[in-house]
Amino acid sequence: MPTLNYAAPSTVDEAVKLLAGASGLAKVLSGGTDLLVQLRSGRLKPELIVDTKHIPGTIGIREEAGGFVVGAATPGAVVEAHAGMNKAWPGVVEALDLIGSTQIQGRCSLAGNLCNASPAADSVPALYAAGAIAVVVGSKGRREVAVEQIPTAPGRTSLAKDEFILEFKFPPRPPHSGDAYLRFIPRTEMDIAVVGVGISVTLDAKGVCTAARVGLGAVAPTVLLLKEAADALVGHTLDEATLAKLDAAARGACKPINDKRGTIEYRTKVAGVLARRVAAIAFDRAMGKTQGKTH
Amino acid sequence: MSKHHVTTTINGEATEFLCETQQTLLDTLRDVLGLTGSKEGCASGDCGACSVIMDGKLVCSCLVLGVEAEGKAITTVEGIADGDHLHPVQQKFLEHAALQCGFCTPGFIVAAKALLDENPNPTETEARYWLAGNLCRCTGYDKIIRAVMDAAAEMRGETVR
Repeated sequence: MPTLNYAAPSTVDEAVKLLAGASGLAKVLSGGTDLLVQLRSGRLKPELIVDTKHIPGTIGIREEAGGFVVGAATPGAVVEAHAGMNKAWPGVVEALDLIGSTQIQGRCSLAGNLCNASPAADSVPALYAAGAIAVVVGSKGRREVAVEQIPTAPGRTSLAKDEFILEFKFPPRPPHSGDAYLRFIPRTEMDIAVVGVGISVTLDAKGVCTAARVGLGAVAPTVLLLKEAADALVGHTLDEATLAKLDAAARGACKPINDKRGTIEYRTKVAGVLARRVAAIAFDRAMGKTQGKTH
Repeated sequence: MSKHHVTTTINGEATEFLCETQQTLLDTLRDVLGLTGSKEGCASGDCGACSVIMDGKLVCSCLVLGVEAEGKAITTVEGIADGDHLHPVQQKFLEHAALQCGFCTPGFIVAAKALLDENPNPTETEARYWLAGNLCRCTGYDKIIRAVMDAAAEMRGETVR
């Protein structure tokens, strides 16, 4: 068995050098809730694991320029306990909270969920909807990337070999903004999404939508950012005609597979239904009608 | 690469051990340190039998590398009782017969203690969701939940029945 090396660098430069210098596969370790399973099963055979959690910035949440910056490896349980994130981004928090058990929440991270690049990742549709920006570091320096540009295919990302995500920037929230995430699973807990929908909206004082982003998961090789569905919301209140357009746009974007969790027809139908429900929660939150978690 | 030298705190005691990268914290607890209370059920983070508390957070020790324990404070089921004096959660598991084969029990005890550390007054629903990552194939869970709720009440100083 070839030796598996491990390093826990304390600076970005050191981490990038380690990743760049690896002759074989090098993997970034955040919470490890996917990586350790893949190591154990033999699906991945890296020669190097770079644990980024000792690098300043990778764990923790701070306010900056009116928004929040969340360290890439911050455990789900830490984000869920953060009052500011719960108030500004309840949809992101409830999506992250749906990943696995309490034990998994003690370790799982936004960067891990995004870079594992599962189409059914729960936090990812909510991250897309939020318009979060990934701060990516590598040999060529630092770049800011829209989260929807990170996953490219199941298990694949656009990050170069020597790059990793340091933190996520969440933009400032204008007044009358709200977001929400729902997933459908055939039970109440501990399962993988059949469909997941994240929606973030900003409304005017009368409840007319002025900006929207819609993320849709588990119905295509990657999580999708749905421009047409967002366009269906902008300029409208949440009346039946608008909901019907949103429903149709969500269904129209689906390119699902048949598997044990759901058929193509079923997933497509559920995508439309969930989009309606999520939009209703996001609009309510934007108008201050409800706060906090839906579950 | 030589083995990693890890300095950590386990159940309040400064501990050092050597491990290879691919050894999980569970492997090192059981095979290197002889702390066999934590069990390996699934080895994929689904069953919770290997639950430990690391720096205040409940985690599956099968999904933590041994080398990641460096500088951490870890509580395993061996560290829950106070000497010969059982923790209320342990005592209530006995009183309510909240175990049969016992394989899942250490994980449940650690997870329940972590719950009550964070939330001394959970609702039954909160307790059930918190423990959703611990699987039990014997009890049907009801006795476990009754034991946890009873332990919580006792720890709050409420008169029980």
